[in-house]
Amino acid sequence: MLTQSMILASLLFAIGVAGVIFRRNAIILFLCIELMLNAVNLMFVALSTAIGIQGQVFVFFVMTVAAAEAAVGLAIIISIFRLRETVDMKDFNLLRW
Amino acid sequence: MSSLLWWIFASMAIGGAMGTVTRRSPVASLLFLVVSFFSIAAIYVILGAHFIAAVQVIVYAGAILVLFLFVIMLLNLGHDYRSDLRGGAWMLAGSVAAGLIFWAIASSAVQPASVPDLGGRQSIDAAVQQLNAVGAIAEPLFRDFAVPFELTSILLLVAIVGAVLLAKRRV
Amino acid sequence: MEAFHPTLLWAIVLLPLVGFAVNGLTAFAAPDRKSIPTWIGPGVVGLAFVIAVSSFFGMRAAGVEEPVVQTLWQWIAVGGLRIDAALQLDALSIVMTLVVTGVGFLIHVFSVGYMREDAGYARYFAYLNLFVFFMLLLVLGSSFPLMFVGWEGVGLCSYLLIGFWFADREKADAGKKAFIVNRIGDFGFLIAMFMLYANIGSLDFVTVFAQAPATFAYGGAAVTAITLFLFLGATGKSAQIPLYVWLPDAMAGPTPVSALIHAATMVTGGVYLVARAGVLFSLAPISSVVVTGVGALTALFAATIGLMQYDIKKVLAYSTVSQLGYMFIGVGAGAYAAGIFHLMTHAFFKALLFLGSGAVIHSMHEAFHHTHKDWDAQDMRNMGGLRHHMPITWVTMWIATLAIAGVWPFAGFFSKDEIIWQVGAHAVGPFAAWYRVYWVLALTAAVLTAFYMTRLMVLTFHGENRSGDAERKHLHEVSPVMWVPLAVLAGLATVGGWLNVPEAISETPVLGWLPGSEWLHEWLHPVTEAADGLAAANGVSVVDAAPFGGGEVLWAVLSVALALGTIMVAASVIGRRKYRPATESPAPRGFAAVLYHKWYVDEIYDIVVVRPVLAISRSLSRIVDGFLIDGTVNGAGYVSRAFGWVGSRMQTGQVNTYAFALVGGVLIVIALVVFG
Repeated sequence: MLTQSMILASLLFAIGVAGVIFRRNAIILFLCIELMLNAVNLMFVALSTAIGIQGQVFVFFVMTVAAAEAAVGLAIIISIFRLRETVDMKDFNLLRW
Repeated sequence: MSSLLWWIFASMAIGGAMGTVTRRSPVASLLFLVVSFFSIAAIYVILGAHFIAAVQVIVYAGAILVLFLFVIMLLNLGHDYRSDLRGGAWMLAGSVAAGLIFWAIASSAVQPASVPDLGGRQSIDAAVQQLNAVGAIAEPLFRDFAVPFELTSILLLVAIVGAVLLAKRRV
Repeated sequence: MEAFHPTLLWAIVLLPLVGFAVNGLTAFAAPDRKSIPTWIGPGVVGLAFVIAVSSFFGMRAAGVEEPVVQTLWQWIAVGGLRIDAALQLDALSIVMTLVVTGVGFLIHVFSVGYMREDAGYARYFAYLNLFVFFMLLLVLGSSFPLMFVGWEGVGLCSYLLIGFWFADREKADAGKKAFIVNRIGDFGFLIAMFMLYANIGSLDFVTVFAQAPATFAYGGAAVTAITLFLFLGATGKSAQIPLYVWLPDAMAGPTPVSALIHAATMVTGGVYLVARAGVLFSLAPISSVVVTGVGALTALFAATIGLMQYDIKKVLAYSTVSQLGYMFIGVGAGAYAAGIFHLMTHAFFKALLFLGSGAVIHSMHEAFHHTHKDWDAQDMRNMGGLRHHMPITWVTMWIATLAIAGVWPFAGFFSKDEIIWQVGAHAVGPFAAWYRVYWVLALTAAVLTAFYMTRLMVLTFHGENRSGDAERKHLHEVSPVMWVPLAVLAGLATVGGWLNVPEAISETPVLGWLPGSEWLHEWLHPVTEAADGLAAANGVSVVDAAPFGGGEVLWAVLSVALALGTIMVAASVIGRRKYRPATESPAPRGFAAVLYHKWYVDEIYDIVVVRPVLAISRSLSRIVDGFLIDGTVNGAGYVSRAFGWVGSRMQTGQVNTYAFALVGGVLIVIALVVFG
């Protein structure tokens, strides 16, 4: 169970990474990041079956931070949308050379 | 029995994840992710983390994803069905990178020596038995991790203020 | 004998430098003020001459045997090498100093008249004074590097003075040619200095010559190499084969310059070098044979060219090359005193010849200037019958001609005769056959010398005047400021030889009725005894007979008879021939053309040396400089920009890219941790 859960968690993480790399829509990119966070949570919970309750406490914190981050990130995206009328990452290129 | 359940929910989680990553429509992506989160919550229950499962459903699936949905509706993105997947080279690179990540993490997971068995499950079950599921988390949270807990509350305050400020229209 | 402290030795060297500074400033600030250079120019040299004379008499009175080295300051002290700015006063250097300052002073006075009309008057005297400074440094320096400083300096001044009228492209090119050809010789000098330092560890004359016999094996490879390289330097400076080609071209400079630099002083630098390094040359018999051989060959070769030249200065230039060959015959055969003696007498009569020709050219130039005829004022075919118009010049130049031909009792007889005698006397031992050949070459060259000099005199001063009727009226003798130095030099050319009359001759009737005897020999003995002793110790012996029999007296009489006979034959042959002015004369044909064209040596050098060097440097410039070096430097810049371009491609400004880079980084870290 433990090993399987860990493998599942890494698979979900990998899928999240793939999504971050090849999706251009900012919102969906965020969703994939949430997926990655969830995979990490799953890993922690799986490990807590071997190590102890501390894994689950940490998951608690991760969830909190994820919520805060989602709120702020979406607020930023809304601001950019107000300016640029698009959420396509291709157009967010002010950091370019 | 729990093994079979685990497998069902695991496949649902993977299916949901794949759907998130590949759908064109943002709403469809989001709904797939909801499915994935619910499956993960079920897996939490199988692993004995009842409180976390509940929090997963309430906070993650219920609050965060709904927030996402609201933003999608606010930005009126639901109608755009042009594909926003990047080109072939990126696909290849991304797949390779993801594959490598998976292999790197999983290969350390399958080594039996990497995870010592300290009898975690038994201690969790014992704690749940003694206090209830909430108490089992609350006790280390307020005792050993009190400072991070307080800091997290400050973080949430900052996030609230920040989100409101950032999303405000120009005054 | 008490210790001798020369007073004001440094002043001898410094005075001409001061003159250079003053005249140079005048040339810059007030080029039209002719009075300053007129007095300062000859004045400083005259003053230096006076101090040199007083030092000479001081040396005689003190009976100085060892060289007196006066250190002025420490110049170079690097590692084990120590070179001081020091002047060495000994028998040889004082003789050279007297010649340089004495004859130099007379030439400076002559220049006052000759260059009076020239716009670069002050600049001329500045360069001339600078030259005297460097020449004095050359002869008074106490070490090889200091001598080399003077050596290079006179080369520089030679360039400045040959190309004095630099607006004329040909003249500027002549200056360049002199400098470049000299440089080739200087390379030899440098290599010799390096080898000397490597073997002995010092470059002072006193130290080197004291330790040389112990350090070098007799006839060994090291000392032979050193001496041959030194001789290479000497061939460059003293215009011997193969590096003589600059001297005839150097006639492009003003005539007093030719007199001073290319007759009396600078070109004798090579002879001085060989004489100074006599110890080294006596340790290397092969080098001595080479030096003597090159000298003999050059003497004959240059004399043949002089036979067919029509420019009066070119004849004298080739005559100088030929007489320098005689000097090298002398010092090469180990007769250092004889070589230096000929150096001295040659300074007198060659300077006289050049200054006399300068007077002739001056008059001819003025005459042609008056009538606006654009004929060449230096071509002897345009002259003729000048003895009626320029009697003083005529007489003095005849005295010089008799001297150079070797007629008793004029100066050249004693010096040239002694050289020919010495080279014959050395025809014993392993190189006997060579010396015999050289003796024959020297005699032949003497005959040719008499011939071409008589030809010069007849063409210029005798016969009918070919300058044209209008010009003839303007031909006149030069001003006193110009003919007084001629007269002084004529006097010296007459009595100068009496300084060193060989014993055998001074005992014969008629020939021996002269005051003075082997004075120069004895005077130079302290300097040459080391070399002579080494030669004797290593088995070099001297016979008292000429190669084909006969004693010294017999050959002396024979050579005088030969000289006089040649003069008379030449006078009649040349006098009988009808010459036309240069523009109407036919071009020489046949063997005469070969001689006229200097055996085509310049053309051969051009094809064999100059063009390949130019081609190589052009291709090197194109390939190595343009392609390799510029390519590398530009390529480095290009590569940096390419790297920059690649790097800039990574800054897409898009989150996806950065996420990808992040993932990559994470993978690397995991790999390092797990597998590292």
